[in-house]
Amino acid sequence: MTFTVIFRTILLVLLIVCAVVVNLTPNLLQAVVIFMSYSSIMCVIWLLMESPDLAITEAAVGAGVSGTLFLMTLKKIRAQDSGDDILASEEDGHADETPDTDGKKVDGE
Amino acid sequence: MKKDWKQKVDRWLAGDLDVMAHITDGAEVRDVPRQERKENARAAQERVLETAGAKRVISAERKGFYTMYNVIAVISCITLIGVLLFTVANLPRYGEENPRTVEVVSRYVEKGLEETGAVNIVSGMILDYRAFDTLGESHVLFTALLCVMILLRRDKKNEAMAPAGARALGTDAYYNIAKDPIMRTVGAFLLPSIFLYGIYILLNGQNSPGGGFSGGAVMGAGLIIFASAYGFGTVDRFFTERASRIITFVSLAFYSFAKGYVFFTGANGLDNHIPKGTPGAILSGGMILPLDIAVGMVVACTMYGFYSLFKRGSIGHD
Repeated sequence: MTFTVIFRTILLVLLIVCAVVVNLTPNLLQAVVIFMSYSSIMCVIWLLMESPDLAITEAAVGAGVSGTLFLMTLKKIRAQDSGDDILASEEDGHADETPDTDGKKVDGE
Repeated sequence: MKKDWKQKVDRWLAGDLDVMAHITDGAEVRDVPRQERKENARAAQERVLETAGAKRVISAERKGFYTMYNVIAVISCITLIGVLLFTVANLPRYGEENPRTVEVVSRYVEKGLEETGAVNIVSGMILDYRAFDTLGESHVLFTALLCVMILLRRDKKNEAMAPAGARALGTDAYYNIAKDPIMRTVGAFLLPSIFLYGIYILLNGQNSPGGGFSGGAVMGAGLIIFASAYGFGTVDRFFTERASRIITFVSLAFYSFAKGYVFFTGANGLDNHIPKGTPGAILSGGMILPLDIAVGMVVACTMYGFYSLFKRGSIGHD
């Protein structure tokens, strides 16, 4: 097992982990961050598969622009701060720990 | 009854009737304090459940629905995974020759440089051999921008959806505020290199990895950082909706006509009189450089247009 094979295996396992976890995360903000890390891992994999132009595009579009658009959508629909969310978090027993993105700046790279 | 409907449709077409008026206004929700919102949500939940037996019926219905839903979801997921794994298992191994497609690939690899003049064979493929495909992709991006514009454009009717600050200050003034010192400081250092990098990979698409899509995406991302660091007003000085429209139209029209000319002459066995240039020089590859620039412009306009429409509901007024 050379170093490259180990590195590739780690990246592929991380890719699968990210793809599964992004579906299972209840918090949408965390899901977006995991989705962006999925794109970053995919970018390195493209580079290892010798297609650097795809890697550039993946880094700019997957990890950058689409993540920004997702975060802005979350801010617009106030997914972190709706009434249902308050009740749901109260049932879990940590009502006031719900992250409140209203005042924060979530856009940018 | 029929007349009533016709009247309604007429009023809707004339713009007097807002059929979406009953949908709750998002901006109102924001101004209600958190405690009150919590009580409202709980009251709404109790109102649903207060009828005798309603809770039992609803929970039974929900249970049946969710069981079926889960079963169907698992079955379709497993089927999809099986189909994908089966397809992947039948692919040739990484780096091996695929006997079914080797004809086209060897033609590209052996004659690509000679026929297209591009050192980067990928660019030669997507902008010369398969340029029609790229034309479709650019139009897909343009159509996506149009759809986002239809959905998110701000006009008189949905002005109330804007955040409270925007309604108080006026939208243009509100979105021109750039208050984040970190973004401003980092942007001053990063933005020149980002734009330079974007332009470099856009112009060197025929010689090195990159090209229209990557360069345009990097430049669009640079514009997004620029807008979020220095406010939309700074970008509006040189990039408005009018500029975006003109750039996109000229790029797509140029692409269509240029490629139409090349295809027409090529299909009829004529010489197209476009010099190939020295391979490796920046002016080489025949039509690839101008087509790269056209695609890059469309992509950059689309990326920034998405951001701007998502954030403030317009690309910028003149």
